[in-house]
Amino acid sequence: MLSRTADNLYWLARYMERADFLARAIQASRRLAALPKAYGGDETEWESVLLSSGAALAFESCGRPVNEANVIAFLTFAPENPGSIRNCLEHARSNARAVRTALTIEMWESINDAYLEMRALESRDGVPCAEELARFLEVIKLTSLTYDGGAYRTMLRNDAYWFSRVGLFIERADNTARLLDVKYHVLLPQKEVVGGSLDYFQWSAILRAVSAHTAYHWVYRTSMKPWLVADLLILRPEMPRSLISCYESIVRNLDSLARAHGRQGASQRHARGVYGKLEKLTMESVFQGGLHEFVQGFIAENNRLGALISEQYLF
Amino acid sequence: MDSRLTQFDELAGADGRIRAPYRKLSRWLAETPPELLASRREQAELLFRRIGITFAVYGAQEATERLIPFDILPRILARSEWATLEKGLIQRVAALNAFLADIYGAGEILKAGVVPADLVYRNPAYCPEMAGRRVPYDIFVHIAGVDIVRTDDQGFFVLEDNARTPSGVSYMLENREVMMRLFPELFALHRVAPIENYPDELLATLRSVAPPHANGDPTIVLMTPGQYNSAFYEHSFLADKLGVELVEGRDLFVRDDVVYMRTTEGPRRVDVIYRRIDDDFLDPLCFRPDSALGVAGLMGAYHAGNVTLANAVGAGAADDKAMYTYMPDIIKFYLGEAPLLQNVPTFRCREDEALAYVLDHLEELVVKEVNGSGGYGMLVGPHASKAQIEEFQAKLKAHPQNFIAQPTLALSTCPIALASGVAPRHVDLRPFVLQGANGARVVPGGLTRVAMTEKSLVVNSSQGGGTKDTWVIDDAWVDEEAMGQA
Repeated sequence: MLSRTADNLYWLARYMERADFLARAIQASRRLAALPKAYGGDETEWESVLLSSGAALAFESCGRPVNEANVIAFLTFAPENPGSIRNCLEHARSNARAVRTALTIEMWESINDAYLEMRALESRDGVPCAEELARFLEVIKLTSLTYDGGAYRTMLRNDAYWFSRVGLFIERADNTARLLDVKYHVLLPQKEVVGGSLDYFQWSAILRAVSAHTAYHWVYRTSMKPWLVADLLILRPEMPRSLISCYESIVRNLDSLARAHGRQGASQRHARGVYGKLEKLTMESVFQGGLHEFVQGFIAENNRLGALISEQYLF
Repeated sequence: MDSRLTQFDELAGADGRIRAPYRKLSRWLAETPPELLASRREQAELLFRRIGITFAVYGAQEATERLIPFDILPRILARSEWATLEKGLIQRVAALNAFLADIYGAGEILKAGVVPADLVYRNPAYCPEMAGRRVPYDIFVHIAGVDIVRTDDQGFFVLEDNARTPSGVSYMLENREVMMRLFPELFALHRVAPIENYPDELLATLRSVAPPHANGDPTIVLMTPGQYNSAFYEHSFLADKLGVELVEGRDLFVRDDVVYMRTTEGPRRVDVIYRRIDDDFLDPLCFRPDSALGVAGLMGAYHAGNVTLANAVGAGAADDKAMYTYMPDIIKFYLGEAPLLQNVPTFRCREDEALAYVLDHLEELVVKEVNGSGGYGMLVGPHASKAQIEEFQAKLKAHPQNFIAQPTLALSTCPIALASGVAPRHVDLRPFVLQGANGARVVPGGLTRVAMTEKSLVVNSSQGGGTKDTWVIDDAWVDEEAMGQA
């Protein structure tokens, strides 16, 4: 396939996944910020959302105070935030339009429908009210589901499919890692206090942001422990947003590409390396070496994979 | 001339009796409640928007992507009418190809004095790069979109030959798909000739002109200027239907006079390029050095015979509006036949006598720029303001050779469904003619363009014109009438 098409598909998948993550992160933070201060309900929550979505610098330069309304507006509809949901959707659609021939009609329609809905909302006067905002976030989540389901159910299993899957999982791994990075201080085991912790709601917000709130209980069948939350998001292969699960998928899709092209390359080797390390890892060793350091290292490795893919497939 | 003064409606006919091809539609319309039509109109709009069938308008900041208005009532031609049209179209394209091969070759027609040599050689669309070159099978125009109008039920006039990169075929195909979803009951009433085989016919045409080294299995690509081009939707649609890669200039490169595309598996050789990009932008080494859309060295590969371009470079020399006026003579010269389709009588403003007449009768005439397209740079006399007429008088006097003028034709009308009910609007028709090494083909139909505003004669989509599905139906009423059923 054309290198440019592969590039477009890869980024299309990344933008769609990022929009979905943003929508979930905003919803989780709204829940948390709405709690009384004593339960962790705090304006600082909005700073951490800015950090985990990588929009902190851009927000700072716009000069507005950090509060719920400003941050949400910045992350959803702000044209000046390159990583806002609206811009993700716009980029996704622009990429999709450029590679219409590589997408199935179901995938295109899901993106285009969300885009039209967004344009309709934007064309009206004034800022969207709370209800419209909530609805919009739901639309984004649903779009990501129909898009993803459309890809899974209707795409041919060829390089178009594999490139878009690789993009999705690299983005997903990045989002999970960033979330961990911003919240690592509440996940350290020494933080546990007998009789429950005020960080409880922080942990549950993290789980909600990656739609794993229910999953946690199915996996551990115990009350919330911060190190288990970290375990779930890093090392649990059955958790679809865990780092290890993302890398299992990345390795599998990159291998399919390599088989079709008849050769393994630097990106396959690198991805297998990262996956191998995660397989051997235990939470004890993660905490020993420092959760923060681990996550930082992972983000760098993940970025490196993106660069290698780009080199190998001539984007 | 008289028939052109009274407006001809394709449904009602000259005498007000419903014309045979429209009888069933007319009966159906009478029985259908207006609410049903209204709801189908809404559904159609929704379908078009969801699928993303849009086009970009140059210079319009607000809406970079717009929907072309779609009318839900079909335009109907009888198979007998179509048969005449089809023959005429194939004849016309054969003549265009013979003419192009000649003017880039021996120039017989110029030596014979049938067409003035300066009009050809000094035409901006004439490509000196191609002089003395032959193209595969001497076919320059593989895909033509010939604009047809009618003014009565006798015959068809050619308004324009589009021999460069005619667009609109995706609307022809999508209009049909939408109509089949919206009105299965109407298709059950009529026997409508299918057009869905157009992409296959196009592919067969492109394969037939591939260079010999491709050994019957050529790699074909569709080349687009990119997603900001007004016809990008069509480019991606066609590439998808053809099952070929949609490439931009930056996806291609030339090494040792061979064209390759950049793929994830390394360079891959390209044999046929269906290009939807103008000559000027094809190769910055050869044409516009500032073009970022083209491929450096493409013309070298083309001249080496390593890649076929469809349509061929320089084909625009034949579809120029000045050349148009010579088409009847061109057909006679090469084919020895009388033209089956008429030209609209045209004044060549480069000729003094014609110019004088045109200047005196601007209120009655349509004046067109020889190299204009898309309805830009055109004066419709009867609807023009005084200022517009004065502006054109000045332009005509300054550069008469740049203009032609035609009488205002009373283009035929067809019914369209509006919110306020069914009303007649002016239409034209663009059928698509394919010419390959293995013959010429026209799928039965085309793109009917319709002026959505009352009395307007401008059907161009860039000027707010809309489209309709075009049906060619069996002349079943002949039998039915014979059996006394009608």
